Amino acid sequence: MELLIVLIIGVLTACGVYLTLRGRTFPVVLGLTFLSYAVNLFLFAMGRLTVGQPAIIDPRAAAYADPVPQALVLTAIVIGFAMTAFVIVLALKARAELGNDHVDGRPAP
Amino acid sequence: MHLLFLICLPFISAVVVAAISRLGRSQAVWLAGITPLLSLLCLFPLAKTPFTGHTLIQRVNWLSAVGLDLVFYLDGLSLLFVLLILGIGFLIVLYASYYLPQQDRLGRFYAYLLLFMGSMLGIVLAGNLIQLLICWELTSLTSFLLVSYGYEREEARTGARMALTVTGAGGLALLGGFLLLGHIAGSFELAVILAAGDTIRAHPLYLPMLLLILLGVFTKSAQVPFHFWLPSAMAAPTPASAYLHSATMVKAGVFLLARLFPALSGTPEWAWLVGGTGLLTLLLGAFFALFQHDIKGLLAYSTVSHLGLITLLFGIGTPLAAVAGVFHIINHATFKASLFMAAGVIDHETGSRDMRQINGLWSYMPYTGVLAMVASAAMAGVPLLNGFLSKEMFFAETVDATTHLHLGWLLPAVVTLAGMFAVAYSLRFIHDVFFNGEPIGLGKTPHEPPRWMKAPMEVLVVLCLVVGIFPALTVEPLLNVAVTGVLQGPPPEYNLAIWHGFTPALWMSLLALVGGGWLYSGRRPLFAFYERYLERIEAKVLYEGLLQRLFALAGVLTRWFDTGSLQRLLVVTISAFLVLGVAGFIGAAMPLTGPRGLLPVDGMSLLATMILLATAIATVILHRQRLVALVLIGVVGLVTTLIFIKFSAPDLALTQLSVEVVTVVLLLLALYFLPQHSPLESAPVQRIGHGLLAVVAGGGAAALAWAVLTRPYDTIAGYFLANSVPGGGGANVVNVILVDFRGYDTLGEISVLALAALGIYAMLERLHLDSPTRDADGRLWDGELHPAIMATLARLLLPLALLVSVYIFLRGHNRPGGGFIAGLITAVALITQYLANGVGWTHARLPWNMHLLIGLGLLIAAFTGLASLGLGYPFLTSTFGHLHWPLVGDFELASAMAFDLGVYLVVVGATLLILIHLGLIHQNRLPKDGGWAKGSVQSTDKR
Repeated sequence: MELLIVLIIGVLTACGVYLTLRGRTFPVVLGLTFLSYAVNLFLFAMGRLTVGQPAIIDPRAAAYADPVPQALVLTAIVIGFAMTAFVIVLALKARAELGNDHVDGRPAP
Repeated sequence: MHLLFLICLPFISAVVVAAISRLGRSQAVWLAGITPLLSLLCLFPLAKTPFTGHTLIQRVNWLSAVGLDLVFYLDGLSLLFVLLILGIGFLIVLYASYYLPQQDRLGRFYAYLLLFMGSMLGIVLAGNLIQLLICWELTSLTSFLLVSYGYEREEARTGARMALTVTGAGGLALLGGFLLLGHIAGSFELAVILAAGDTIRAHPLYLPMLLLILLGVFTKSAQVPFHFWLPSAMAAPTPASAYLHSATMVKAGVFLLARLFPALSGTPEWAWLVGGTGLLTLLLGAFFALFQHDIKGLLAYSTVSHLGLITLLFGIGTPLAAVAGVFHIINHATFKASLFMAAGVIDHETGSRDMRQINGLWSYMPYTGVLAMVASAAMAGVPLLNGFLSKEMFFAETVDATTHLHLGWLLPAVVTLAGMFAVAYSLRFIHDVFFNGEPIGLGKTPHEPPRWMKAPMEVLVVLCLVVGIFPALTVEPLLNVAVTGVLQGPPPEYNLAIWHGFTPALWMSLLALVGGGWLYSGRRPLFAFYERYLERIEAKVLYEGLLQRLFALAGVLTRWFDTGSLQRLLVVTISAFLVLGVAGFIGAAMPLTGPRGLLPVDGMSLLATMILLATAIATVILHRQRLVALVLIGVVGLVTTLIFIKFSAPDLALTQLSVEVVTVVLLLLALYFLPQHSPLESAPVQRIGHGLLAVVAGGGAAALAWAVLTRPYDTIAGYFLANSVPGGGGANVVNVILVDFRGYDTLGEISVLALAALGIYAMLERLHLDSPTRDADGRLWDGELHPAIMATLARLLLPLALLVSVYIFLRGHNRPGGGFIAGLITAVALITQYLANGVGWTHARLPWNMHLLIGLGLLIAAFTGLASLGLGYPFLTSTFGHLHWPLVGDFELASAMAFDLGVYLVVVGATLLILIHLGLIHQNRLPKDGGWAKGSVQSTDKR
């Protein structure tokens, strides 16, 4: 199972890096979204993988998943959304001011 | 009385002065003037300790964990400097009120001056090196502000920048030196260091440490070759020059020499470095002073020369030389401050500082002339004035120190030559300004300054005379305790008398006086020689050339790295990280795979993984068709949600699910205004390169994750799991961490969220974008914008969705849920209305101000924290109790719930603020007749 998560983290990171290296704003925003998925999963995985043991206190539970990375990732997801929103609006602003959606703000050749 | 108070007083006063100067000029003058007097009053009860031969040490807990306390150290040397700083500071405040133009409110000037005063006090009273260094840097900063006071003039800006660069660079070296010294002595405390002289001098790191500290000292005290900043700093208002460049700032360097004298002196390295630099500075300063045409320039070079003299004395290193050094510090401060003031008066009354213009002022301002003459006679070392006494002691020391040396006559000869130049430039100052014909081309007729503008000069000149005539009665007790402080032991036998008999020093003094007169009378060929060969040779030119080359180099580097291409910058940055990461992997001795057991794979997980990987890769391949890519990335987000469900993170799954919805809606809204396709831009080679980089980065992240996941670990979760119910009153540990244990972090995070939303709002304001009338394939947009079935269903769903969000919110403390998730669900429910019914329709029914909602949320969250503070608990401590609610049953009420409500409101407010305003641009762009917002059909031209 760990191998699958590792594979997912790797592929998401690679997709994210490739898309952030594109020359137009929209793919870059998609790339950043990929990177935040990857980072969130990576951070979450730092608490190791546990199946069927949510960190909700229950006398019948034998063990719990690590709640600390979960709490960190929860806020990271929300802030990641705020960041995505900020960047995409920045892209809109750039389009409006510069008349194109190139990341360097230069018109297409 | 605490010494900390003494240091803080000018800082506090600076703020108040800046504020009350709005009320009027005189209020500022009074407060600024009272401050040093009040400080002197505070000092009075403490001052007796040094006189009884003891050192007053006071300490305040600071960083005790790393062995650093705020230590304040008052011995004779500190006392002397405190008296100089406060005494002359007071006179300067008085003087400046007349010097600066009437329309200047003075608040800014006095605030800077007082800040500087406080920083200087901090240096001389510091009991540990770190504290001393902080104040040292503060004097550099505040003197920058003072020199650049008239910032509209180019020379003020250049002079200030140069002073800051040179003294700042010296400060950096000093930091290095202090760290080494602290390392050698085992402590940063002055008392320990001063007692550890033998250990320090024997240490192998002694020489590098000494060099670094001396770099700091020499830059601050304007020693050759770093002296050039001082003449440039003459662009400062004259009161600031009189204070900084005579008595205080430049004396900080020699103060440090005196302060560390017992710890560092007594080695050949010290003697050669300190003595050699001092001698060179003494001679060159005196020489160049003679040829300056600017009065303040002459005084600046003369200050350089006198600082060299003091440095040379400390370099000689005998106890008697230390006496002479301290004595000259006092004398130089008095006569040079009064001379700067005289220069200011002349500048003020004639409108010029050029000695080629201002001549013959004797007939216009004889009173100022007398004061200036006495002070410059003291500067020249004329008998019956204080300058003579310390200069004669200096001459005597140079003779004594070298009598038994080979070529020992050289040092007395060179210092006599420097003395001759000192007499010559003092003569020039008097003769050129007050005699030598009539003024040439002055804008106004000079006259005597106002009564109280002369008073500070009078005080200082009287001191020059009194000390010069009755040294034993006046200055000796203070000199004695100051020297005790320098030597950390009893002062040597010395005799402060005017007449010591026909000693070599007397002959040297006489020779200097006569020779100086001869030099000045024969000055014309000297001036011609100077103008012909030497005028252009200046350290300043060298410095500026060096600086320009540095800037050019920085420009080349920047242009090479930043070509204006984000792609290139990212490639460089990511590659740099990869190189670092790969280097770490290669060097590691441990295997990549750890010993931890792995979970078995089931078919469902495998399938989900395959879907995720396929959609992720498909997104990349199809990314140029933007809408398709957006749909695909939504699938990736949904599978991520499944991963969270699978691995025991229900809260994360709920959050991810709702964020996913909001994100896709957001990107869809934005995509409407962007091109629907990305052009194929990068060349194939570039794409392959980027692909390789991406694969390596992904591989690195995967390898790192694999290494971690296959290793066991220790978690801090135990504490949270154990205390969640008893301490936080909630069974959902993730939520309890968010709203209770780490509530402070969450408060920060919702603030960030609020800020992002407000930033987006600001960017969307007045944003004009052209709405496309056709889609990517050239078809007109469908006219039926809000299909009836969707609108009806959405309205039906709203109460249900809101009910769910309330439920999720209420149970959040014990079951998966909470403010973040409930907020997102509410936001989704409301956004659905906007999507299904149009912005206008919904806006009319939901006229809430989202800014208000965000603000309210933040206030509630912060207030919950403050409430616990008010009840005497740490910020954001939560409490809880149980309530019986009829029909529902036992109900838990935690104060953390109020905090969670704040989180909820901020999340709802921020999300809606972003999306509604993005949606509103659509509405704004539509024609007035029949917009989307009204839900009417704009075009019937269906395909």
